[in-house]
Amino acid sequence: MDTKKAPLTDRIRIQREDFSVEDETLKIRNSSKRIGGIVSFLGTARDFSKGRDIHMIDFEYYPGMAEKRLAEIREQALKDYDIIDVTIIHRVGEISIGENIVLIVVGAEHRKDAFRACSWCIDELKRITPIWKKETTPQGEVWVEEHP
Amino acid sequence: MVKIRFFAVLKKIVGKEEVVLDVEKGTTLEQLLKKLEGDLPPLKQILQEGKILISVNQEVVEKHCLIQNGDEIAFLPPFAGG
Repeated sequence: MDTKKAPLTDRIRIQREDFSVEDETLKIRNSSKRIGGIVSFLGTARDFSKGRDIHMIDFEYYPGMAEKRLAEIREQALKDYDIIDVTIIHRVGEISIGENIVLIVVGAEHRKDAFRACSWCIDELKRITPIWKKETTPQGEVWVEEHP
Repeated sequence: MVKIRFFAVLKKIVGKEEVVLDVEKGTTLEQLLKKLEGDLPPLKQILQEGKILISVNQEVVEKHCLIQNGDEIAFLPPFAGG
């Protein structure tokens, strides 16, 4: 199977529901027998940020444009790095502390390319994808502007 | 007519989720922004801060971009995904 032609809707998703890291990793692993290394980044909701307690996080996005940006990131990663397949998933809506937010899974022949591509994908996601985060704190709701 | 959308903190500041406006042929984004700033005063200060991106039909554009009927314009505050 040529994994670069896997259905995009399976490899790029913005969704309210949780995802399974194991299932997504298996999909990448099973997509090609050439894969020798898989690197993933899992972003989760933490309870403290910039000196504030966080009770809840709410993600909003621009439907259509956000998916398009994720697809562009995936395509660019497949072009620029020596990797075989990539999945990018971001959750939106209300997310409780400790829950999953974002997952990037990269499969490659060798680990170095997988690490580099995974790191580039999450940085690029933060830079160009129209997704916004509102944190609920004891002092009220705060829209987060900067995201290291 | 064009649809103008506001996201995240901008919805709260402007007090609207979207606005629909008539535009004349040849209108630039800059001209449209001037009109919007008059209609929605909080928008003027936000735009002066320079943190907001503007998209037309889901592509980020510059102010000299020409606007056409049917376009969807969006004001995008700094992204915070991930």
